[in-house]
Amino acid sequence: MSDQVTYAGVEAGAELAPVTYQVTRLDLVKYCGASGDFNVIHWNERIAKSVGLPDVIAHGMFTMAQAGRFVTDWAGPAAQVTEFGVRFSSPVVVPDDDVGGAIEVSGQVEEKLDGNRIALALTARSAGIKVLTRARAVVRLP
Amino acid sequence: MAINPDYIGKTYPPSAPYEVSRVKLAEFADAIGDRSPLYRDRAAAQAAGYLDVIAPPTFPIVISMAASAQAIVDPGLNLNYAMVVHGEQRFSYSRPLMAGDVVTAQVTISDIRTVGRNAMMTTTTEISTVDGEHVCTAFGTLVERAGAG
Repeated sequence: MSDQVTYAGVEAGAELAPVTYQVTRLDLVKYCGASGDFNVIHWNERIAKSVGLPDVIAHGMFTMAQAGRFVTDWAGPAAQVTEFGVRFSSPVVVPDDDVGGAIEVSGQVEEKLDGNRIALALTARSAGIKVLTRARAVVRLP
Repeated sequence: MAINPDYIGKTYPPSAPYEVSRVKLAEFADAIGDRSPLYRDRAAAQAAGYLDVIAPPTFPIVISMAASAQAIVDPGLNLNYAMVVHGEQRFSYSRPLMAGDVVTAQVTISDIRTVGRNAMMTTTTEISTVDGEHVCTAFGTLVERAGAG
């Protein structure tokens, strides 16, 4: 967890340092169990390919969760997320090896809002392709 | 073979009460790789101003998705779940979910539309405590991809 970010200390336009999160088949199995989403495309390569996907893909919500970590780790423990939305533009492909896929998240302070809130514009890429678009979080800061 | 548009506006009954537990929050945080103590250490959560450990921002999907199962398995809706991918997701929070919360989720199908060869369905899920306090609204869009054949 990072230091606490304050409203007064944030400037519109500031860039947040990018972070890369790895995702392996084991991560997806754990996420299946923790989330209750056992859709076969997240763990069964045979069925994933039979329905036209390149391979097993990560849950969109796993990818969104990584963007959430990015926001809350940056903002600090006293921050509170009030809005968080994403569009899943492309799947995160997770090959059956020990490396898996990678999700690189970056962000920028889009604007300062009233009520000590800020809007963050987020970007997530995997294998060079945008996997989240229109990703935005509103955070209330101390 | 498309999603039945007659279901736009349909609201399902509230889900059975769901009790948010510390063990589940820690399990979910582990599964997303998030090591924040706010999700597993009560003292750390209290130091940040909460009564108990809180949920990561995407945790409400566990509750909204379980409630959405009512719609997904509704035979009249005609959704082919094997062809479904998640299109969009948004949450609007009054506060974080917290261990000890007992909540229900009420799902409304807010939109069904066709985009190219795909069908899309948007649901709006209100998550509130059994005492009627709003915690979070989840807006989810599922995309049913057209088959190869």
